[in-house]
Amino acid sequence: MSPLDTLRTAVSSLGANKLRAGLTVLGIVIGVTAVISLMSIGRGAQEAITSRIESLGTNLLFVRPGSVSQGGGVFGGQGSAATLTLDDAYALLDPTLASSVAAVAPELRTSGQIVAGRNNTFTQIVGVTPEYQFVRNFPVASGQFISGTHVARRSEVVVIGSSVAETLFGLRDPVGQTLRVNGRRFTVIGVLESQGGTAFGLFDDQVLVPITTAYYRLASQRTTQGGVSVQTINVEVRDEGAMDRAIQEIATVLRLRHRLNGEDDFTISSQQETIETLEETTETFVVFLGAIAGISLLVGGIGIMNIMLVSVTERTREIGVRKAMGAKRRDILLQFVSEATMLSLGGGGAGVLMGLAVARLIDGRTLAGQSFQTAFSGDIAVLALVVSAAIGLFFGIYPAMRAAALHPIEALRHE
Amino acid sequence: MIQLDSVTKVYRMGSVDVAALQEVSLSIQRGEMVAIVGPSGSGKSTLMNVLGCLDVPTSGVYTLEGEEVGQLSDDRLAEIRNRKIGFVFQTYNLLPRISAVANVELPLMYGRTPQRRQKALEALERVGLSERAAHRPTELSGGEQQRVGIARALAKSPSILLADEPTGNLDSASSGEILSILLGLNEEGITVIIVTHERDIALETGRIISMLDGRVVSDEPVGSASRNGPTAGRGA
Ligand SMILES: Nc1ncnc2c1ncn2[C@@H]1O[C@H](COP(=O)(O)OP(=O)(O)O)[C@@H](O)[C@H]1O
Ligand SMILES: [Mg+2]
Repeated sequence: MSPLDTLRTAVSSLGANKLRAGLTVLGIVIGVTAVISLMSIGRGAQEAITSRIESLGTNLLFVRPGSVSQGGGVFGGQGSAATLTLDDAYALLDPTLASSVAAVAPELRTSGQIVAGRNNTFTQIVGVTPEYQFVRNFPVASGQFISGTHVARRSEVVVIGSSVAETLFGLRDPVGQTLRVNGRRFTVIGVLESQGGTAFGLFDDQVLVPITTAYYRLASQRTTQGGVSVQTINVEVRDEGAMDRAIQEIATVLRLRHRLNGEDDFTISSQQETIETLEETTETFVVFLGAIAGISLLVGGIGIMNIMLVSVTERTREIGVRKAMGAKRRDILLQFVSEATMLSLGGGGAGVLMGLAVARLIDGRTLAGQSFQTAFSGDIAVLALVVSAAIGLFFGIYPAMRAAALHPIEALRHE
Repeated sequence: MIQLDSVTKVYRMGSVDVAALQEVSLSIQRGEMVAIVGPSGSGKSTLMNVLGCLDVPTSGVYTLEGEEVGQLSDDRLAEIRNRKIGFVFQTYNLLPRISAVANVELPLMYGRTPQRRQKALEALERVGLSERAAHRPTELSGGEQQRVGIARALAKSPSILLADEPTGNLDSASSGEILSILLGLNEEGITVIIVTHERDIALETGRIISMLDGRVVSDEPVGSASRNGPTAGRGA
C-alpha cells in the first residue's frame, strides 16, 4: 500500500466521523491556542520593552539603593532602603574621581491620583532633574521640560505623558492647564512625545515633576542622612568602552561618601543586565507555558488513544476485510497510526491558527487598561506542531498495534 | 494446483479443543468448479479459510501452486491472498462508508496495482454493475452488494475464487444471477470453489465434496458437468 493511499484511507476514516474527531482533538486545540496567543503577547511585550531600552543607547548605567544580596534586583527601589541622595547623584559628576561619567539623571518614583476637572487617572509620578530628558531620551512634544529653577524652587509643575494627556484633557492643549496631584495644584508645563504603542503603555502613562517637589510634597520616603533621597540614578557614560571603568568610579565615589568598608549599600546595573533579566523573565514564562502545553497535549494524547482503541474495536470487521483483501500488518498499523497522528497534528494546526488569530485580534488593542502588542513566535508554532504530531504517534501506536495483530478470521467473525 | 494432505484444523474454545477439520486430503485442479456441501458446523467455512490462506492448518500440509502455505509468515499469506485468491462472503463484507468502486479497488490498493480505478470499473462491468459504481453498499440491494463482492474478488484477476455461501442471504432470482456470474467466470478459466446448501447450485458445478464433522465423506463428479476439465479427486 502506498503512503499516499495510507493517508487517503486515514482521511476518509476520520471524515466518516467528523464530530467525534473534532471532540477528540478539542483539548489539544484549546491548549495550543492558549499557548500560542499567550506566547505572542509575552514576546510582544518583551520586544517592545527591549527595543525601548535599546533606543536609550547602551551607555547607560543605573545606580540603585540596596545591595545585590538584598535581592532588590533591577526593578527594586521602592522597597529598598533610601540610601541614595540627590547629592550622591551630583557627586558622580566629579571630573577627577569619575571622569567616565558624562551625565547623571536621578529619579524618585511614586504614584498617585491625578485629577483634572472631571477626569482622573492613577499613574506613575517620576521626580526628575532637567538632565532626565536627555539621559533617558524623553523629548517634549509641546511646552517645556522641567528646568533647574523648577528643581531649586520645588515648583509645582508637571510634564505629562501622552496617554495621561489624552485621558485628562482629550483633544485640548494641556500646556498651561492645572491639575491636582494627590490633592495639590500643579501646572502642566509640557507634554512628552509619545513613545509609540509600547507594551502596557509603560512610558506614555506617567507624569514627571521636579525631583525636589516629588520628595518634599509627594513622597513619604525620607533618607536617614537627610537631603533628597532618590531611587535610581541614571548615569550616562562617555562611551560604551568605558562602562566597566565607570562602574568602578561610581562605586568608589559612593563608598567614600557613604563611608563604607564592608558591603555596598547600592547596586550598579547596566542596560544589558536589564535586558537579560527581562529575557530571563520571558524564559520563565515560556517554560511555564510549555508546561501547560505539555499537560494539555498529554491529556489530548490520552483522549486520542482512548478513541483509537474504541475505533479499533468498532472496526474489527473492517480490519478483517482489509486483511482478507491482502492488507499486511504494516498497512493496518500505518493506517491507524496515521489516523492518530492526523488527529493530533490537525488539532495542533488548528490551535496554532487560532492562536495566531487571537494574537492578531488583540494586537495593538487596549484591554482592561493595558495596551497589547503581539509578536509572532514561529519557533513556538513549529514546536507545537512537532510535539502534536509526536503525541499522535506515541499514543496511536498501541491501538494500531492491536489492530495490526488481529487475526483475519477472528476479525471477520467479530459482530 | 491445490493439494491438501491430512489437513487438520483445531480450534481451542476455552479448555476444549474443537477439531473443525480432521485429516482432510484432496486436490483441486486448475479450472475446476467445485461445490462443498454439508450440514452446518461440518467444517466447510474452515476448509475455505484454509484454502483462502486466511488461516493455516494445525497439522498436515497445504500446497498452493507448489508453495507450502503452513510455513509462511502472516505478511506472505496476505500477499498470496492478494495475488492469487478472490474471496466472496455470505455477508458480502463490503466497507459501508466507501463507494462500490472504492470497495472493488481495495485489493488493487493493497497490491499496489496501477490504474486502479479503471480496473475496478472493468470488474464492476463484468458483474453488470457499472451504473452503481458510485453508490455506497447501503444503497444497494443484497444481490447487487454480492455482485460488488464478486467484482472485488475479481479485480486482481485471481486464479482461485472462493465463495462461502454466496447466495445464503439472497432470494432465488438474485441467487440465479450470482450463480450464472460464477459459472461464467469458471468458463473463463478461473478455479471456483463454492460452499452451498442449495442442491440446484451444487448440481451446476463439476464436482461435489460433502463434509460431515470435519471430514470429507464423499467427493464425486457431477455427471453432466464434465465440461470443466478433470474431476478426479481423492476422498477422505
Ligand atoms: N474461529 C473459531 N474458533 C472456534 N471454533 C470455531 C472457529 N471457527 C469454526 N469453529 C468451529 O469449528 C466447527 C466448524 O465450523 P465451520 O467451519 O464454520 O462450519 P460450517 O461453515 O460448515 O458451518 C464448528 O463447530 C465451529 O463452532
Ligand atoms: Mg460456514
